[in-house]
Amino acid sequence: MKQHEEGSGHEVLGGFTAALATGAIRIVDLTQTLGPDFPSIVMPPEIGQSRPFRMEEISHYDERGGAWYWNNLSFGEHTGTHFDAPIHWVSGRDLPNSSTDTIPVGDLIAPAVVIDCSKESAADADFLLTPDFIKAWEAKHGRIPARCWVLMRTDWSKKSDPAAYQNFDEVGQHTPGPDPDAVRFLLNGRDVLGFGTETIGTDAGQAAHFLPPYPCHYYMHGAGRYGLQCLTNLDLLPPTGSSLIAPPLKILRGSGSPLRVLALVPSNPAGALLP
Amino acid sequence: MSEPIKRPKRKNPILRTRAPTLPPDRRSRVALGLVRGAALGRLELQRCAGCGAIQYPPREACVRCLSEELEWTVMSGAGELVSETTLHHSQELFFRERTPWRLGLVRLAEGVSLVVHLDERCGPAPSPVTVEAVLDRAGQAALVAKPAGRDTSLADEPKLRDMTSDPRFRKVLVTDAKSPVGQAVVKAVLEAGADLVWAGHCEPWKNPPGWADIARLPKATLVPLDVTDTKSVNELAAELGFKVDIIINTAEHHRTFGLFGRTGVETARAEMETNCFGLLRLAQAFGPVMQSRGADGASSAVAWVNLLSIYALSNFPQHATYSASMAAALSVSQALRAEMRHAGIRVINMFPGPIDDEWNQLLLPPKLAPSAVARAVVGALKGSVEDVYPGDIAQDWLARFRDNPKALERELGR
Repeated sequence: MKQHEEGSGHEVLGGFTAALATGAIRIVDLTQTLGPDFPSIVMPPEIGQSRPFRMEEISHYDERGGAWYWNNLSFGEHTGTHFDAPIHWVSGRDLPNSSTDTIPVGDLIAPAVVIDCSKESAADADFLLTPDFIKAWEAKHGRIPARCWVLMRTDWSKKSDPAAYQNFDEVGQHTPGPDPDAVRFLLNGRDVLGFGTETIGTDAGQAAHFLPPYPCHYYMHGAGRYGLQCLTNLDLLPPTGSSLIAPPLKILRGSGSPLRVLALVPSNPAGALLP
Repeated sequence: MSEPIKRPKRKNPILRTRAPTLPPDRRSRVALGLVRGAALGRLELQRCAGCGAIQYPPREACVRCLSEELEWTVMSGAGELVSETTLHHSQELFFRERTPWRLGLVRLAEGVSLVVHLDERCGPAPSPVTVEAVLDRAGQAALVAKPAGRDTSLADEPKLRDMTSDPRFRKVLVTDAKSPVGQAVVKAVLEAGADLVWAGHCEPWKNPPGWADIARLPKATLVPLDVTDTKSVNELAAELGFKVDIIINTAEHHRTFGLFGRTGVETARAEMETNCFGLLRLAQAFGPVMQSRGADGASSAVAWVNLLSIYALSNFPQHATYSASMAAALSVSQALRAEMRHAGIRVINMFPGPIDDEWNQLLLPPKLAPSAVARAVVGALKGSVEDVYPGDIAQDWLARFRDNPKALERELGR
């Protein structure tokens, strides 16, 4: 029996890598390029600020270093496409294994569902994902499995103009996100692994005014679950059936980190991505 | 009123761009006493504490009583042109390129005679004149006589225009045009006759009050520029560095914390990133290409203005880390001044007291309006100074600093 299981693991992994080679499983990059021009999070100017991404050359095959090119980087943990660990929020501060160096590696590869809110977000920048909207999605695509990423597709990543992407007016940012009930439903009703968005936070632009403020951060991290933000290419994923590889850097007591997020997506027999 | 200068013709592109030459700039240490006042736009000469005699040129001792107690004293500038001559030949490259050159001998009201550069609008001797201490293209003190009692601008005198950094017909880069001071500077240099302003701005998602009006000004062109981002600075310099005649570096990061007011170094680092390293990035990217245009005709590259702070002189502990970053920026700007001087490009440092903006909300008046800072910037460009202390607070701090820096340190630390 034990031998059979080991053999089965060999077969599965062998089959998986073969499927990658044949294109039966395709890899979709959900990562924005990390550079100084990608918008960074805006905080009120009097409080602590996240450093934007900056890159300084160490040498460029020149007198600073003869045959090599390399850079020094600086940025906040929550820059570009990035991962939020539970310890990021006060509600998750006392949880075990809740920082980037201690979260269980088993959580770093997990299935994902994609809830398409792109039409609604195009019509209303302050669109909020509600439990009813999620239930309507489930009626079409099936119940959201436990320990699964829920990705909110808004096509926000297609806004190449940084001002439109940030979408500020004099009362703050207007970007879509989940309402507090939706977050509670995903956690208490569906036991999800985390919530991912294309916008600059997992919460809506106006979420500072919700009860509680920033409900996705508050509840998700309070439950030891994760966040992904500034994702892209969610429109290339099927509603169900994909898996994410999303390991943050192993930063000591890190609250998050920029990362490369890869989605594994099964192809249909013609080799095209599903759907 | 003097006759304003006319718009210079565009340069002839088949002719070589001339290399900058400088007026002779070797001075004894005692002669450098003149530049102390000239940097601020003041005519100061040595006055003997023993016998009261005023003397020129500067010497180690009083020519009348041999006392060594000589005090640099502000002069009225009023005088009479006694005689004049016109130079037709010189062994100095700078003057060879500019002859004929008018020189005069002026008897100051204080009783001392000076050799001066003579404004062409001065009548023949004897005639009343006003003598000013100015900075020449080498950054050294020079004496200029203008006709007395007339509103004459040096920038309108073809030969002496070189003593100024007049923004008329020049192209100006304002590094942060979004801040209240930046917006005021854009408007002021355009009103002063600049051909155009490149209005630097970063974080395009931020739209502060007044910014939309700047963006609509016909002669202002918005350019992305974030002085904390080397890539951004280098890209802009590559695009238009060879066209910039004047840089006005208004980029600043100001937080109002004492040393213990904000845990950690992140706020201090952000202030250093903008105020010190931002200037360094701009200097490395724009300095060399501006140097190459130091003699590029009547609209050559001419000046670099840094918005520093009076806190650069002595730390204001209520704004401790900001003061530290401005002291660092002052040091960088001194190095920049030494580099740019070789091309005849003037580096002007502004040392305003508290500006009436968000970050000085809790300071009592007097505070400088952003428009007053902008007027001081334009005044410095039109004139011939390199250190400007606009406003009452800055003047007061400067006087106290010069009198007794240690006392000022104690007073600011109260």
